[in-house]
Amino acid sequence: MGNFAANEGLSIFVILVWLGINAFLFVHFYMAFLLERWFYTRVLLGHALSWARAPAACLNFNCMLILLPVCRNLLSFLRGTIQCCSRTAARQLDRNITFHKLVAYMIAFHTAVHIIAHLFNFEYFMDAQLNRNSSFLPFVLSEIGSGDNASFLNPIRTNDTNPTFVLFTTIAGVTGVAITLALILIITSSMEVIRRSYFEVFWYTHHLFIIFFIGLAFHGAGRIVRGQTFDSLSTNEPEECSSKFEEWGNDNGSTCAVPRFAGNPPQTWKWVLGPMILYVCERIVRFYRSNQKVVITKVVMHPSKTLELQMKRKGFHMEVGQYVFIQCPSVSRLEWHPFTLTSAPEEDYFSAHIRIVGDWTEALHEACAGDKTQPQDAWKLPKLAIDGPFGTASEDVFGYEVVMLVGAGIGVTPFASILKSVWYKRIQNNQDVFTKKIYFYWLCPETQAFEWFADLLQSLEAQMTEKGVTDFLSYNIYLTRWKETEAAHFRVHHEAENDPITGLKQKTLYGKPNWDNEFGNVAAKHPGTKVGVFLCGPPQLGKSLEKQSLSHTEGDVKFIFNKENF
Amino acid sequence: MGKIEWAMWANEQALASGLILLTGGIVGVAGQFRGWQFAAYAIAAGAFVCLLEYPRSKRTKGTSVERTGQYCFTVCVKSFGPLTRNYYVRAFLHAALSVPAGFLLATVLGCVCLGIASIIYLAAAIRGEHWEPILPKKEIARKPDDSMKNPPQNPPPRPPPETRRKRVDDLEGAAYDNPIPVDE
Repeated sequence: MGNFAANEGLSIFVILVWLGINAFLFVHFYMAFLLERWFYTRVLLGHALSWARAPAACLNFNCMLILLPVCRNLLSFLRGTIQCCSRTAARQLDRNITFHKLVAYMIAFHTAVHIIAHLFNFEYFMDAQLNRNSSFLPFVLSEIGSGDNASFLNPIRTNDTNPTFVLFTTIAGVTGVAITLALILIITSSMEVIRRSYFEVFWYTHHLFIIFFIGLAFHGAGRIVRGQTFDSLSTNEPEECSSKFEEWGNDNGSTCAVPRFAGNPPQTWKWVLGPMILYVCERIVRFYRSNQKVVITKVVMHPSKTLELQMKRKGFHMEVGQYVFIQCPSVSRLEWHPFTLTSAPEEDYFSAHIRIVGDWTEALHEACAGDKTQPQDAWKLPKLAIDGPFGTASEDVFGYEVVMLVGAGIGVTPFASILKSVWYKRIQNNQDVFTKKIYFYWLCPETQAFEWFADLLQSLEAQMTEKGVTDFLSYNIYLTRWKETEAAHFRVHHEAENDPITGLKQKTLYGKPNWDNEFGNVAAKHPGTKVGVFLCGPPQLGKSLEKQSLSHTEGDVKFIFNKENF
Repeated sequence: MGKIEWAMWANEQALASGLILLTGGIVGVAGQFRGWQFAAYAIAAGAFVCLLEYPRSKRTKGTSVERTGQYCFTVCVKSFGPLTRNYYVRAFLHAALSVPAGFLLATVLGCVCLGIASIIYLAAAIRGEHWEPILPKKEIARKPDDSMKNPPQNPPPRPPPETRRKRVDDLEGAAYDNPIPVDE
């Protein structure tokens, strides 16, 4: 239970605070529209007024929040600053996209409530104009302000119209329709199926948020929600005067004047202006960083369609396991794609291993002449732009005494960076690292993908044997899928000294690891320590590792689970 | 954006529109708005669109992800043959279904969203996409080849026992050692 609190406690706390603020705003603004000032408005609309205004306040709050988790440069800066105080708080910032999605769902929910309430409001406003009977208070109220067109209550000014027409002729209506459509298009193109298959559609459609925020800022400009002015409250007290509405403003000793109404000034801009400015700054920072010159020093084509790019940029500084966004203007001017850095901070270049799966990566492969075998001239390589590096959970690895690193397929890339860094620190510089033992697990469906990583492991293995530090790193490679023909080959070479696939001394294991055993062994070998568990791989594996971490945390061994997500 | 199957996005958009139409219709009928008949229509149209759009199509390239429990809907939709397979039909159907909903405020949002879905389906149809049902793969029993019908009648030729003795010191190497040279 204690580990659950360590792993999830801060997240749950943040979410509860956020939900609490939402609930408070909802109730507070619901009650605010039950005051006397809104008495006559409520005569027309009933509680539908409050039901529309309360989610509007929550929408202000959530629209303010939604831009913040996607300011990745700001978050990276914050992460670096907080890291020295609390590793847990810094890890919280890794879940920014999850929070962004939660806030988006809340926006969608409040939008739905707001729209439904306003549907009733429009209907009631129309009713009041259609029931043209002078002894009917709503009609009398609707007639107010017909002369100067300023002090009116009912935004629908004639009976010769219909709500749909009014919708498209008011600022609030038009902006409302525009921003709701933008929101719906953003949501449908952000569904996981579309996002994972066609990132470009998701990314371009998501920029409709610009229309969303502009429309949102102007949504209240028409001041369509009107309440009694304070001056008017002194000459017409609703409690007393509402029943005497037929005598309002009559000269013969009536104490009630005709009430006058005005709309509130728009409030939304006060909430969203700050985050909008922050986001604009974020995009400026990204643009500035992207304009710095990046030079490709080496292009390597690996089997299983993996392209390695080694690059240099002036003033580039990275930590282990960070990622960058890469843009290639000759391939696409608008697309930035994230890739983990596979080089160590100790090297004089930085590299990324890019798997060729879609349009953009194919075009990049062609532009970098990955399909040619002769050496190319340096100027022929395309210009690149890099945004980053951005921090992820992998930075925390060296803060634990014992770590378990699990990578599935291409998910091993952040760990390539870590292992290289380990090699440089421990073996070359002979520095004392806090981390005493690394357990590394690589799950892979095909043998060819081993090649570039196997080279790294081979050199690590050789160096470690040379220096006599063989028990620092314990790695396990699992081949999860194989063909019948390959299986025969493995069977025959079972007794060979080096593994038939990787050429390493440590044999490849087949199938999936028994995590229960693995965690049990680690717990038994390292009592009284905090073990960091790091995963880069599919969500199902994440769930089972999370479960194992929670269940094996007993006594004094704590397993803390960290997940990368792309 | 060369490889996108527009129909996938059109499907998400149409499903969302169906739900919005349904919700708008329910509000219109429950609130007894003027023109509630349009709202009643929207409930029926919304429900129909949801049922039609719930089963996802099989992708031409890549793995298709089914929606939970979509198999029965797949069977229903498949039974209409070319009417549901062709995206031109769907585009015009959605455009036609959306028009009456434009006459009532409560359903106008559903109308516009369904119109947008119709446009995306038209784009998909122009690019030659069509709806394919996702069906569970049938297990094909593999029959052994004809050549395996007759087992050999005679044992294979073997050298005399002296040359057949195994080299016990290097069992693995012995596996590849042939006592009689094999190349002609």
